[in-house]
Amino acid sequence: MNFKNPEFEIVRNKDKCISCGACARQCSYEAHIIDPDTGELKAEDMNCVACHRCVVICPTRAITIKKHEMTYRENANWTAAYINQINRQADTGGVLLSGMGNPQPYPIYWDRMLLNASQVTNPSIDPLREPMETRTFIGAKPEKIELDAKGRLITRMPPNVELQMPIMFSAMSFGSISLNAQKSLAAAAKACGTLFNTGEGGLHSDLFQYADNAVVQVASGRFGVHKDYLDKSRIIEIKIGQGAKPGIGGHLPGVKIDEEVSRTRMIPLGADAISPAPHHDIYSIEDLRQLIYSLKEATEYQKPVAVKIAAVHNSAAIASGIARAGADIIVLDGFRGGTGAAPTRIRDNVGIPIELALAAVDERLRSESLRNRVSLVAAGSFRNSADIFKAIAIGADAVYIASSALIALGCHMCQQCHTGKCNWGIATQRADLVKRLNPEIMAERAANLLKAWNHEIKEMLGGMGINAIDSLRGNRLMLRGVGLNEKELSILGIKHAGE
Amino acid sequence: MTVTAGLKHHKELNEELKAAFAKAKSVTLKDVNGQRYIGCGVRGDYKIDIYGTPGNDLAAYMDGLTINVNGNVQDAAGNTMNNGTIIIHGRAGDALGYAMRNGAIYVETDVGYRCGIHMKEYKDAKPAIVIGGCAGAFLGEYMAGGTLVLLGLNRKNDDSLVGSYFGTGMHGGVIYVRGNVPEHRLAKEVTSFECSGEDMEQIARYVKNYCTYFGVSYDEVMSEKFLRISPRSKRPYGDMYAHI
Repeated sequence: MNFKNPEFEIVRNKDKCISCGACARQCSYEAHIIDPDTGELKAEDMNCVACHRCVVICPTRAITIKKHEMTYRENANWTAAYINQINRQADTGGVLLSGMGNPQPYPIYWDRMLLNASQVTNPSIDPLREPMETRTFIGAKPEKIELDAKGRLITRMPPNVELQMPIMFSAMSFGSISLNAQKSLAAAAKACGTLFNTGEGGLHSDLFQYADNAVVQVASGRFGVHKDYLDKSRIIEIKIGQGAKPGIGGHLPGVKIDEEVSRTRMIPLGADAISPAPHHDIYSIEDLRQLIYSLKEATEYQKPVAVKIAAVHNSAAIASGIARAGADIIVLDGFRGGTGAAPTRIRDNVGIPIELALAAVDERLRSESLRNRVSLVAAGSFRNSADIFKAIAIGADAVYIASSALIALGCHMCQQCHTGKCNWGIATQRADLVKRLNPEIMAERAANLLKAWNHEIKEMLGGMGINAIDSLRGNRLMLRGVGLNEKELSILGIKHAGE
Repeated sequence: MTVTAGLKHHKELNEELKAAFAKAKSVTLKDVNGQRYIGCGVRGDYKIDIYGTPGNDLAAYMDGLTINVNGNVQDAAGNTMNNGTIIIHGRAGDALGYAMRNGAIYVETDVGYRCGIHMKEYKDAKPAIVIGGCAGAFLGEYMAGGTLVLLGLNRKNDDSLVGSYFGTGMHGGVIYVRGNVPEHRLAKEVTSFECSGEDMEQIARYVKNYCTYFGVSYDEVMSEKFLRISPRSKRPYGDMYAHI
């Protein structure tokens, strides 16, 4: 007996259905089944996760997925979600596991900030006719620039990476997502002059051609970390934490470790890939410095080294330490950041919003005269170009996007990444599912998204009478809060609308 | 060829070392005073003979070199090492061979905490650490492959062969221990077995090397019984989660 109720109802329009069976062939969750005796199509509502693969694939659009009408007695406290979760745990004794980012209704500060525009006194600029710069350089910047008598640069510049737009693809490992999904993002990054991130899963040999667009990650499991991996990158990123699961590590289950994943991570076939919660060679800022410099030594000081942390209560003090430890880039990942799998309670309750963490970190680095020593990259759920624009106005140099990039690749946010059954061929290693994702088509879609957002950023800049993203960075006067209290405004460092 | 470390900064020292490799396959490093990252990220079949005490992260990410240390090493030697050999005529600090992927490390005497943690193997790449003396806590933590050999030589009566949390989270590879390990030292993820003939062949190979490097009697080392410690499962936390 299963105490759980179905969440969704599969409605098949009999007038439209031609019984082609495509839905049944496509559904890895077995929500559509062909009755072996009658050959009739049937639906198993209990198995449906609302990924909408059947809806999109159905040639006659005969399928609708609805929220199931089956309901518990209304109760603002004991919601259906909590009742279902308790039953799941009573069935299994397991720690609840979820995919994707925190879906709970916490405040979204991007939606409480509004942008400025020029009127009369400071004319706006039309990016269609006038140059508009969104190029971004990430890496440490020197205290000052010295030139010789002929105006040539004397100062030795720390390694910087030129991005054509302030948007990069965030870390998603081969293992958590498919190789086709990684290929799509890598090709899109190359086409748009930006970077993708390998996550902690090594760099598959098929992606070596994208080395100039790769951020390679070094995390606690050190999977796939070797000399070629470090060399075939533009940036090396030390992963301390992730917004979706601050303070804990990761277990890529052995069932997802097939031949290719095993080769890329350089680990045995079918064994769990365990990333411990801490790096066991880092217990302090001094130890972090040691790892940063070991990577710099190994790559002859040619590449910026980034340190990624989850946004937590004392991020500002930690970021100050990271800057002093010699990192070139600090990545801050907010609590709404996505994941291939995270314990549900951690995902939904640990960490803080990126908006507040970013403002606090930028402010702290400025007050300690450290801001030029590091670039600040924000991550943790950018849903559109305006969110990104606001992050840069608060103080970010660039942002990482991941969930939105996956939506461009077909993701419908069903939050089942951890099951490895992704019908869109994204968060799965099953060959039959992975081949559904065409890397060429999806690379174009991901690149389209970046181009569109970059253009929107230019429009917003132009509207403010600004012609370079550098003039927006940390320009909090361009932001006004709506419906925020004094404390929130003071942390964000912005005025209220009307002020 | 000889390079003198003295009080040079690690960056300068490593630049000199790399320049020396352009001229000679074998380099002697003299008067080393805790400089970090010696041999870090270097690939090739070079040899380094070290006098003094190398600092943390000796041979990190190293690929193929042979390093002979005439003395002790500090923390995290062989960190994420890809291949090569390190022979330490003395003791090693904490986190020796963290996430090491291939090659071998031989330590004449003791190692600190968290030795061999997260070591992993892939096909023919099988790392090994041979420890002549005793080990601190968390030996072989999260170990996912490769071989650890713990000999416990020259132990005084009150020395513990191995610290607590021995093999905790281990899910691959094997640890051979000369002598007995009390049951309470073993983490819940591992079990101890009697050694098979195949195990003894493996052990003999490593012990022979150890005895050659450090001038110890092979027969004497092999006169005591060895135990095999292996993980109960390659998926220790496979049943921990419930999907929603």
